[in-house]
Amino acid sequence: MHSELEQVEIKENIMQAHDHHQDDAAAPSHVAAETMIELTGVNKWYGDFHVLKDINLTVRKGERIVVCGPSGSGKSTMIRCINRLEEHQEGIINVNGVALTNDLKNIEHIRKDVGMVFQHFNLFPHLTVLENCTLAPIWVRKMPKKEAEEIAMKYLERVKIPDQANKYPGQLSGGQQQRVAIARSLCMNPQVMLFDEPTSALDPEMIKEVLDVMIELAHEGMTMICVTHEMGFARTVADRVIFMDGGQIIEENAPEPFFNNPQSDRTKLFLSQILSH
Amino acid sequence: MIVNDKTIPSRPAPAANRGVIGWLRENLFATPGNSVLTLIGIAFLLWAIPPILQWAVLEADLFGSDKNACTSEGACWVFVSARFQQFIYGFYPDAELWRVNIFFAEMTAVLVWVLWDKMPKRMWGGIWFLTGFPATSFMLLYGGAFGLEVVDTHKWGGLMLTLVISLVGMVIALPVGILLALGRRSQMPAISSFCTVFIEVWRGLPLITILFMASVMLPLFVPGDIELDKLIRAMIGISLFEAALIAEVIRGGLQAMPKGQYEAADAMGLSYWKGMRLVIMPQVLKISIPGIVNTFVQLFKDTSLVLIIGLFDLLAVMQAGIADVNWPNIAIEAFVFTGFVFWLFCFGMSRYSLSLERKLDTGHKN
Ligand SMILES: Nc1ncnc2c1ncn2[C@@H]1O[C@H](COP(=O)(O)OP(=O)(O)OP(=O)(O)O)[C@@H](O)[C@H]1O
Ligand SMILES: [Mg+2]
Repeated sequence: MHSELEQVEIKENIMQAHDHHQDDAAAPSHVAAETMIELTGVNKWYGDFHVLKDINLTVRKGERIVVCGPSGSGKSTMIRCINRLEEHQEGIINVNGVALTNDLKNIEHIRKDVGMVFQHFNLFPHLTVLENCTLAPIWVRKMPKKEAEEIAMKYLERVKIPDQANKYPGQLSGGQQQRVAIARSLCMNPQVMLFDEPTSALDPEMIKEVLDVMIELAHEGMTMICVTHEMGFARTVADRVIFMDGGQIIEENAPEPFFNNPQSDRTKLFLSQILSH
Repeated sequence: MIVNDKTIPSRPAPAANRGVIGWLRENLFATPGNSVLTLIGIAFLLWAIPPILQWAVLEADLFGSDKNACTSEGACWVFVSARFQQFIYGFYPDAELWRVNIFFAEMTAVLVWVLWDKMPKRMWGGIWFLTGFPATSFMLLYGGAFGLEVVDTHKWGGLMLTLVISLVGMVIALPVGILLALGRRSQMPAISSFCTVFIEVWRGLPLITILFMASVMLPLFVPGDIELDKLIRAMIGISLFEAALIAEVIRGGLQAMPKGQYEAADAMGLSYWKGMRLVIMPQVLKISIPGIVNTFVQLFKDTSLVLIIGLFDLLAVMQAGIADVNWPNIAIEAFVFTGFVFWLFCFGMSRYSLSLERKLDTGHKN
């Protein structure tokens, strides 16, 4: 967060080359109405290390995408570029018709509409569950406290923990915390939800309660991009499964053909490893 | 899956572990080594406490007007009672002492309002503490308005001066320190290097040097026709010194924050300042309480250094008393009493910080 203002200055040089390019793309009219997220030729480096290599991805409204791939393949980096937790250096990222540039206004605008659920929940430990849920609606959406609390209770009911509203996150189990984190994101009424391995820090018996919430969300038509190794989840809800390796999208297919008839050798290897246990 | 949403009340411990006997067994005589240490400790206390008690209380003289009232073997607290006014008010004029008393009363009231969690509208208490309280205190103590006679700062002294300097130091140091800490971590090179240099310079100088420079050198830099009061110069020096120390405490707290907290705040669309105010700083201040209070306690004691530039704080007034030919051999009483007053305040701060830590504990440990 500390970088929002400063990024502008530091990365100015890098971005200058693309500026006029991106300005064109900023106009919403360029994006088809049903396209929610569009990554075009996205490249990113950490120093010399090329993390994302020419990523092209289009996500339509209401689509559910599952991203999988070996550790270090750039899955997190890719979805974190979508809400600018990471900055891409080349290419265009369009979210809901707004191009991600160094313009702080655009970034904040996009973040309002994009919810994110993290592997380690990242709830705010000094606030109660209810306060966690109302913080952004009150301070970002400028919603009156009462209304924000009503909405928060509605979503806490949906994730089945309304009775924990006045507890602190530290008093909840991992699965409950993750469900709060999902409710917290939903309170902003996002257009897209990004999930970065939401169940991989959970004990096995808690995974199901979180997946159930996510499945319900998917059935309600939420646009979702979900990094996960829960292949059962991918089979049930995904419209498309994306396999990444070495910073590239190697394969992209509907779940049936993806699991039953993978095309690339790397996908086959990965699937055999992940499905063997 | 079994999920219990209700907190199960803890059951009382088995009888053998309860009560005085249980406590003694558990805490003092758990092992043979433990028992030996306990006995040595008791022996030491039996040896040390009676003479101290005898000197300080049983054989002490309390009342009178001069040294002749001290006839017994013990401490001569007459010195303290005879000079009580100076210890509290310095050389503040007799007729105006009520102004200082109102200041003490307001200070107590506003501190209780801000610090005690059962008080209503503590936010407003905080705002008053930072705005109205300094303004009214200045008006009261210095005067010059509402028909109040001006009392020059060189007449201020004693406990009142110690409290004024400490409070000003704390009130300025905390916000400035927070900004310095944030600035030092800024990704804008100009800001971060300015803050780093500022912090390192002030932190690296002994407070004594700062006070000397404030009283001797600062006037050289200020345009000739403006004459800064000596007390104000000392306050500026102390506050900035303190701010540099606080900045490092806060920076430690910032570093201890998991990256995920920043990311979660960012991801939900909070701006930098909102994220800092609502998410990061509340947690950082909470984990920094011991460090902040430690710094404040340090500062409170260090205010006594102002005596070297001729300000008469509590300790300086005491020293003047010791030098008085009418009160020979009074140094021990004077220092014990001064030490006790300083200790009382510092101990209060430390207890308060402990209770605050307990209250703010939300069961989150990582
Ligand atoms: N801040 C950083 N600086 C340098 N390298 C980084 C940084 N963050 C990530 N990387 C590297 O980028 C690569 C991709 O990381 P990323 O977190 O996107 O992988 P991932 O696919 O999410 O892996 P995992 O399944 O382990 O979460 C990794 O090799 C990682 O070491
Ligand atoms: Mg990852």
